[in-house]
Amino acid sequence: MAEPDLDRRLRQVAVVGAAGKMGSGIALLLARELAWRALEQPAESFILNLVDLDDAALQNLVRYLRAQAVKEAEKQINRLRALFQDRADLVDNQDMVQEFGFELLLRLRTGRTLALARDAALVFEAAFEDEALKTSLFRELAGQCRPDAWFFSNTSSIPVQGLAQACGLQGRLVGFHFYNPPAVQKLVELILPEDCDPDLARSAAELARLLGKRTVPSRDVAGFIGNGHFIREGLHAIRLLEQLAPDHGFVPALCLLDRVYRDFLLRPMGIFQLMDYVGLDVFQAITGVMGRHLGEELDAPLIDRCLALGIKGGQGPGGVQKPGFLDYRKGRPAAGYDPERRDYLPLDDGLARQVETALGALPDPSLSWKSLQQDPAREAKLTAHFRALGGLDTLGGTLARTCLQASREIALGLVQRGVARTAEDVNDVLKLGFFHLYGAVNDFLESP
Amino acid sequence: MKTFSRSVYLAAGAYTVSLGPGRREFNPAAPRPGLGHYITEAGRAALAQVDDPAAIDEGVIGNFMAARFNRQGHLGSLMTIIHPSLEYKPALRVEGACASGGLALATGIKSVLSGLAEAVLVLGVEVQNTVKSLYCADYLAGAGWYEGQRKDGPAFFFPGLFSERAGAYQAKVGSAARPAMARWFENAIRHARLNPAAQEFGNGVADLAAQGLTAPDPRSFCEHLNLYDCSKVSDGAAAIVVASAEGLARLGLPRAGAVQVAGLGQCAADLTAPPPDLTELTTCRTAIRQALAMAGVAADALGVFEVHDCFTISGLLSVEALGLARPGGGAELVLAGETARTGRFPTNTGGGLIGYGHPTGASGVRMAVDLWRQLTGRAQGYQLDPAPGQGILVSMGGNDKTAVSLVLRR
Repeated sequence: MAEPDLDRRLRQVAVVGAAGKMGSGIALLLARELAWRALEQPAESFILNLVDLDDAALQNLVRYLRAQAVKEAEKQINRLRALFQDRADLVDNQDMVQEFGFELLLRLRTGRTLALARDAALVFEAAFEDEALKTSLFRELAGQCRPDAWFFSNTSSIPVQGLAQACGLQGRLVGFHFYNPPAVQKLVELILPEDCDPDLARSAAELARLLGKRTVPSRDVAGFIGNGHFIREGLHAIRLLEQLAPDHGFVPALCLLDRVYRDFLLRPMGIFQLMDYVGLDVFQAITGVMGRHLGEELDAPLIDRCLALGIKGGQGPGGVQKPGFLDYRKGRPAAGYDPERRDYLPLDDGLARQVETALGALPDPSLSWKSLQQDPAREAKLTAHFRALGGLDTLGGTLARTCLQASREIALGLVQRGVARTAEDVNDVLKLGFFHLYGAVNDFLESP
Repeated sequence: MKTFSRSVYLAAGAYTVSLGPGRREFNPAAPRPGLGHYITEAGRAALAQVDDPAAIDEGVIGNFMAARFNRQGHLGSLMTIIHPSLEYKPALRVEGACASGGLALATGIKSVLSGLAEAVLVLGVEVQNTVKSLYCADYLAGAGWYEGQRKDGPAFFFPGLFSERAGAYQAKVGSAARPAMARWFENAIRHARLNPAAQEFGNGVADLAAQGLTAPDPRSFCEHLNLYDCSKVSDGAAAIVVASAEGLARLGLPRAGAVQVAGLGQCAADLTAPPPDLTELTTCRTAIRQALAMAGVAADALGVFEVHDCFTISGLLSVEALGLARPGGGAELVLAGETARTGRFPTNTGGGLIGYGHPTGASGVRMAVDLWRQLTGRAQGYQLDPAPGQGILVSMGGNDKTAVSLVLRR
C-alpha cells in the first residue's frame, strides 16, 4: 500500500502535455492505477486531468486509453472477477472488461487549459524538451496549482533544481524521467534535487513502484545518466560517420555503422535508427541543453543540417516511424538519407552486399539481440561473442571494439563526474531504458 | 431392447478445414470466412458425392452459439443456400451445446425412421474465431447452467469445470494421470499430422510429450489443465447424408459406400446439478450403453472410436465411459498406447477435438464423417489398415449433460 499521503494525492492527478508520445504513455499508467483505485475504493473520487493544446490529439488519447483499458482488463480478468463478485449485473468476462473501460474513462477530464491542473496534488509534465517552454509552463502551474502540489517533470536533460528555482517550485519538483514508450519501458530515472521535500522523495520512489517501474537515481546534472550516455554515443557515431563517408559514401557508411551497433554489438537497433526513434529535433534540443549547462562542446552540425532540410524522424500517429537518417517501410529501414543529394537512397541488395563486404563476417551470424532476449545461456553466449569479436581483424571488428570502448568510457565518465552513483547504475539505465542486453561497463574485451 | 423400424445409413460425408490458431493460413487480424461460407463448403462437398441433390428431403443443422459468435439465428433457413433443391423443404437447427452435431445426426436419423424423409442432409457448423478466447469462454459458458453457475465461475469457465475433473481424477488415479493426459495430447497431434484438414496438421513440435507436461498456471488459466490439454477455438463445418436404403438409391449412392447405423443412444441429464462423480462421464456412459445394446456389440469388439476430447481429461474419461478400461484405468490404457492409431482401440484417428479442432456445433458430425471414412476406406492419410468393420462415436454436450452415441457398421 502506498503511503497515506500519496494515497490521498492520487485522488487528484494531472498530466500536462498529455497527448504527446511520452505524455500519453504516462497518462495510461496513471489512468490504469486510478481506475483500479476507483473500483477498490468506491467511496472516493479519483480524477486524472489531461491537459494538452491539441484537441484532436486529446480525443485520440481518450480513444487510446479506452483501447488500452480493455487490454488491461483482459489481462487482469481474474482480479476483475474477484472485484466484481457482488455486482449481479456483471456476469460475463465481457461485461466486466467493458465496465473497467468505462470506469477508467470516468476518471478522465480533458482540456486545453492549465487551469484543469488547479486541484491536482500530483502534476506530471511531459512537454517538448525545451527549457524555455518548460520554464514558462511550470511558472504558470506554480501560480495556478494548490500550494502543496508536487510536480514531476519528464525532462530527460534539463537540471531540475534550476528549473524549480526559476519557477518558484523549490523542493516541490523532481525529475521523473520515463523511457519511451512509458507504458512498456521499466525504467524511471529519478532526479531528486538537493533541497527536495523528503516526503516527496519517498513518495516519488513509491509512485514509480506503483506504476510498475524501477528507479535509478541520477544526480541533477544536464542529460542525467540516460542522455548523458546516449547523446555522447550518438555524437561519437556521427564523428565516425563523417570519417567513413569519404571512403564508403555517406549512405553506405550510415548503414555500416548501424549494422555495427545492431549486429556486432547486439543492440535492439542501429545507432542512427535509434536517433530517428528519439527524433532528430529532440536530439538537437538535448545537445543544446547539455552544451549550455555543462559547457561541453556537443554540437552536431550534421543534425542541424538534416533538420534544416526538414528531416527530423520521430513518430507519427500510431507510433509510425517518420523518416530521419533512414526511411522506413513497415517499421524496417528501407532507405538512407543522403544530405548531399537531399534524397533517400534505397537500401537494396547491392548496398547490403557492399556493407557486408566492407565490414567482414560476424563472429556468429545466428546471434541477434532478439534471439538472445529470452536465452537462458545469454551471458555465456555474449562472452563468447565478444571474445571472438576481440580477435576480428576486419573493419567490422575494429569499429565494434571502438564503439564498445567509447560506450564504456562515456559510462565511466558519468560515474567519475558523480552523475551516476556506480557503473552498475549506468548499466541498469542502458539495460532497462535502452533494452541493451549488457551494460556499457563490462569485462567482455578484457576477459581472457 | 429398442430397435430401428428400418435400416438407416450414413454416406457422402465431408468436412472443411478447421481454421484457427495453429493453422498457417489463420490470421486473427485479417477478415475470415463466415458461417455461410462454411455451411456452403461442407454442404456442397457432401452433395457433390450424390447423383441427385434433389433427392434430399430435409436438412438438419447442428449449431451451438451462432447467435452470439455470429449474431445469427434461423440457421435452418440458412441451410438452403447450399443448393436450390433445398428450397421449400423442411430444415431446422438443433442445439445441445457441444453435442449439437450429435443431436443433428440423431434428428436426421429419426426423420428417416419416421418415414417422412428418405434422405436428410445433416450438417454441423460453428465459427468461433470472431472473438478473443476470453470472450469465447463467455459464449461457451452457455453450455453450463448460466443463471446458476456463471457468475461464480472462473474467467475460463469450461476449462475450469474440466480442471476440477482433472484434479479429482489425478487424486483418484495418482501419478499416471498427468502423463496420460500429456500422452493423449501427443496422440492427438500425431493423428492430426496425418489429416490435412486438421488445425494441428502443420504442428512441427519435436517434443510433444514435454509440451503436454507443461505445468498448469492457475493464475492465468487453470489449476489442473495447461493450454495443451484443451481443444482448439475453431471455425469449421461437417456434413453427411442420413438415408434409408431407398434414399441411398434415389441419391445414386451404392450401399458399399455407406455405413449402417447399428445403434443409437441419446440422453440428457440435469443441467443445474453438479456431476454425480467428477471422475465419470455418466451421461455419455448411458448413451454409449444404449447404442452398444441396440447394436448388440461390446465396445472392445469395435475397430475405431471417436470420443469428445474437448480436454485431455475428457478423452481419458470417455475411454472409461466406453468400458475399454475400468474406472480409473483409462490412464494406464492410454499410456500403454492402446488408444493411438497403432493400438488395440484406435481413437480419434483424424486428430479429434484437440488435433483436428473443435468447431463446437460441427464436432459430432465431423466424428461421423471420420468413422464413415475409416469404415469405407476413405480416410486416405489417416486410414487404418485394414479398414475396421465397425466403430462408435460419442458426442458430448456441456459438462456431460447431453450425449449422443452412434455405433456404425460397414
